[in-house]
Amino acid sequence: MNEIALQWFSAFTLFLGVFFFFAGTVGLLRFPDVYTRIHALTKADNLGLGLVIFGLMLQAESWAVILKLLLIWLLALPASATACHLLARHALRSEQPPRTGAPARKESR
Amino acid sequence: MPDLDLELAFFLLLNIAAGLLRIVRGPTPADCMLAVQLFGTTGVAVLLLLAEAQNLPALRDVALTFVLLAVLATVAFVKRFSVRSGEDGES
Repeated sequence: MNEIALQWFSAFTLFLGVFFFFAGTVGLLRFPDVYTRIHALTKADNLGLGLVIFGLMLQAESWAVILKLLLIWLLALPASATACHLLARHALRSEQPPRTGAPARKESR
Repeated sequence: MPDLDLELAFFLLLNIAAGLLRIVRGPTPADCMLAVQLFGTTGVAVLLLLAEAQNLPALRDVALTFVLLAVLATVAFVKRFSVRSGEDGES
């Protein structure tokens, strides 16, 4: 009984994580400029990765595997945050300023 | 649940393929680097799901390396193409 409940909870967490990955990809394709795309990718995808890793931890067979999965997520978080900050600073310095103000006109993309 | 893991890994692979469209359409080089970032996070999730589904523990080490290399690619891009890097902080 306990095993079955654990498996259902693991499957639910995996599905939730994959949904966040999907949301990140949709944001990458649909958002209007580079800052909003950075926002969509690095937030939604890291949450999705965390949920997928948590769901895999529930299926894992030994403590070493659980610790390695946790280590991967703890490495992915600062790595992705650093990449997000570097890309945003690069875009701000070299290309275009972010759009400010209310979105008055309708974007077609 | 190896079947569920494989199906989710396939769906994430479709996500990566959809992210390739941003490389084609992306107006700036930073957009293309965002696609690399997508490859990093989603690829790690695909590798971990495959390691659990196919009982290949070595793929977890591959995923650990992949996280590291994805951020190094972004750092190399910013160091190479940034116009005024080294202005603040280190010289």
